[in-house]
Amino acid sequence: MLGWEFPPFISGGLGTACYGLTKAMNRMGIHITFVLPKSVQSQYATHVKLLNPSSRNASSSFRIDELKNVEFRTIESDLKPYATPESYQQRIEDTIRRKRLAHGGKAESTLGLESDYGSDLYNEIHRYAALAVELARDEDFDIIHAHDWMTYPAGIASAAITGKPLIVHVHSTEFDRSGEHVNQMVYDIERQGMQRADKVIAVSHFTRSIIIGRYGISGDKVEVVHNGVERNGNGDWSLAETGIRSDEKIVLFLGRITMQKGPEYFLYAAKKVLEVMSNVKFVMAGSGDMMHRAIELAAELGIGHKVLFTGFLRGQDVQKIYKMADLYVMPSVSEPFGIAPLEALDNDVPVIISKQSGVSEVLLHALKVDFWDVNEIANKVVAVLKYPPLQMTLKSHGNFEVRKLRWRDSAEKCARIYQDMLVTAWEGDQTVGL
Amino acid sequence: MPSVCFYFQVHQPLRLRHYTVFDNNHEYFDDFKNGSVCRKVANKCYLPANRLLLDLIRKFDGRFKVAYSVTGVLLEQLQRYSPEVLSTFDALAETGCVEFLGETYYHSLSFLYSRREFLAQIEKHTDVIKHLFGQTPKVFRNTELIYNNELAALIEAMGQFDGIITEGADHILGDRSPDFLYRPKNCRHLKLLLKNYSLSDDIAFRFSNRDWPEWPLTAEKFAGWINDVNGNGNVVNLFMDYETFGEHQWEDTGIFDFVKHMPEKILAHPDNNFKTPSEVVEAFHPVDTVDVPHIISWADTERDLSAWLGNAMQSNAIHELYRLERQVKNSQDPEILSDWRKLQASDHFYYMCTKYFADGDVHKYFNPYDSPYDSYINFMNVLDNLQSRCGETAKENKSFNLSPAAESAGLQPIC
Repeated sequence: MLGWEFPPFISGGLGTACYGLTKAMNRMGIHITFVLPKSVQSQYATHVKLLNPSSRNASSSFRIDELKNVEFRTIESDLKPYATPESYQQRIEDTIRRKRLAHGGKAESTLGLESDYGSDLYNEIHRYAALAVELARDEDFDIIHAHDWMTYPAGIASAAITGKPLIVHVHSTEFDRSGEHVNQMVYDIERQGMQRADKVIAVSHFTRSIIIGRYGISGDKVEVVHNGVERNGNGDWSLAETGIRSDEKIVLFLGRITMQKGPEYFLYAAKKVLEVMSNVKFVMAGSGDMMHRAIELAAELGIGHKVLFTGFLRGQDVQKIYKMADLYVMPSVSEPFGIAPLEALDNDVPVIISKQSGVSEVLLHALKVDFWDVNEIANKVVAVLKYPPLQMTLKSHGNFEVRKLRWRDSAEKCARIYQDMLVTAWEGDQTVGL
Repeated sequence: MPSVCFYFQVHQPLRLRHYTVFDNNHEYFDDFKNGSVCRKVANKCYLPANRLLLDLIRKFDGRFKVAYSVTGVLLEQLQRYSPEVLSTFDALAETGCVEFLGETYYHSLSFLYSRREFLAQIEKHTDVIKHLFGQTPKVFRNTELIYNNELAALIEAMGQFDGIITEGADHILGDRSPDFLYRPKNCRHLKLLLKNYSLSDDIAFRFSNRDWPEWPLTAEKFAGWINDVNGNGNVVNLFMDYETFGEHQWEDTGIFDFVKHMPEKILAHPDNNFKTPSEVVEAFHPVDTVDVPHIISWADTERDLSAWLGNAMQSNAIHELYRLERQVKNSQDPEILSDWRKLQASDHFYYMCTKYFADGDVHKYFNPYDSPYDSYINFMNVLDNLQSRCGETAKENKSFNLSPAAESAGLQPIC
């Protein structure tokens, strides 16, 4: 598997999805080599143990205790999920500046660094691809499974070298991330990956239709495998620890604060809710390129004192925020799947989700809205906060429903797709042999 | 010598329009949707079915008979959106072969929450049936065939009715057959007619089901099943929604052809005949007493109240609704009273049912909402507004305190 993030080093749903899927496949006894760009940053707390941590080679290997059948291979690379070419350039420059300072600004280290790191995202993706091919040569495997666009060139190259079948797994598309302001380079990479793949896995029918409609891929080739949810068992937090008064209701936005997630609709709806209710706080948990805009907007709307920004949360802090929340709102403009609502339900928090999301295909016991319908979002928020029987019914039915969405089912569906492809590949070989 | 007794339930709810917490007007009902559904059902079902039955009654010269229970809320809608249906009902009433049953005007569950309101709605319904069709209902059916001993006692005490109808549920009958008349426990006069759900559902639900081994159901085959009752029963009670004809079972399933040929095939056996519920009550003696201490209904396989009151939202919504009774009546505002009563229709609570929600079955088919949650939110927003109106009028009438007599005066028909 070619991926680019894995817990605990995650910044969004992709890592969570890769983890859930890999873990379930591990249980089924499928052997996986998981190739990751190495961007281990020590400020993140870790809850999984890394064995044989990195040597200084371009690729290094480690294992995680709970995943016996998974070998992790990391590639020295600075790939990060949700990067854009522009933000990547910025980050490279920052890194170079930092390293330069650390080395006392000596000219030779600067030169050295420039050969270590690709000068732009495009080069970096291809460097990742080249290293992945090196790796692929040495490894024994049957299928190449690439998660999202940054790994597609690596997938294509590895498939070309080894002749193994390629699956690209689409967790999001450029249209979800950027609306109509599509980055042509990213789009081209995505389309090429989908075209060259033997099978495309989409995380929802919503995404499948984008793949068919916007990328011109034949529907026969595109399968839907919905995500599951990892059951965490509820942490034991009391409200006292949170510093929020018990008579105040908490409405939660949890996700990257980017155009895709619709943070402004959350705030417009908050404004409307506050017209008819006062004992409500709106918590925006997450970070992203629209964070400053969101803070400004809250102030412009005159609800700054009612909106709290927590920054990016992980691990126990996420559990804690769910424990506090009375309601979770996901007003995504375009959400290929959306695991967070499932986690919210798993934590007994009822959810309002946008109809423009993959998760609305699998959830019945959720309130559904069009992301742009601010009035209706506010109407539903008020109803949940005002009528305990509604909250209770959504919670109990939703929690029950979420238990049926297991990663095991997603893994089994992937395994069936693998099986089909291997049979096809084998038959193909036979024909060639004859 | 089984008699065949048909009774058709005729009802369309008044659907609410999308009403948010930010709305503040008194237009709760979706006139456009209600009008278009009413006209659609009139064209697909009420008009063709009424005409067909009228033809059959004339053809068999008084030997083919049926009964209807038409709710007040539908009669109001027909008056407004499809008056030609009313004139065909009137023509049916004139034949003398059609009986109209009594029920609550608003298709409500008021029996469970307010006896005073329940009796007022029966009276209002009786008045409108008298006014439109010149008959005083003598047989009572409660909304959704909800029934228990207490209901029978209450209806008997009214003095108006000779018979009452409910579901022939297995668990109240044991090994007894629904094809006889029974006596409700603790009643001396009232007789109980029980729905033969097996034969009724063959028409209402299974008629067009190609996976059903008996498909296609012909009039001849069905008449054969009626003949089989000969010697084992006095009356086969076939009770179903009138919308079965043309709406639940579309015309192209052959349902109208089935009805067209059925009387002839049934009457082909000399021992068979058709009777209206009142004639059945007149003709037969009760064979046994039926004891129903717990409430039953005709819904789903459970035959209980769970389709309307099964979850926390449903029970909350209906409790809040009936909690307003005094406030509504104290307001002395006929519009508030009428809106409050229209909100009592069982349909509003049915839409909030989460049972089977996942299966996308019959519950979904009849539901104008995307989800039970949406329907609850909408209903509660409307109720909230209604309550605020009561408050306003109460302030205006502060000096005036209502006597019980005046209160019941507020219960007069307000068509």
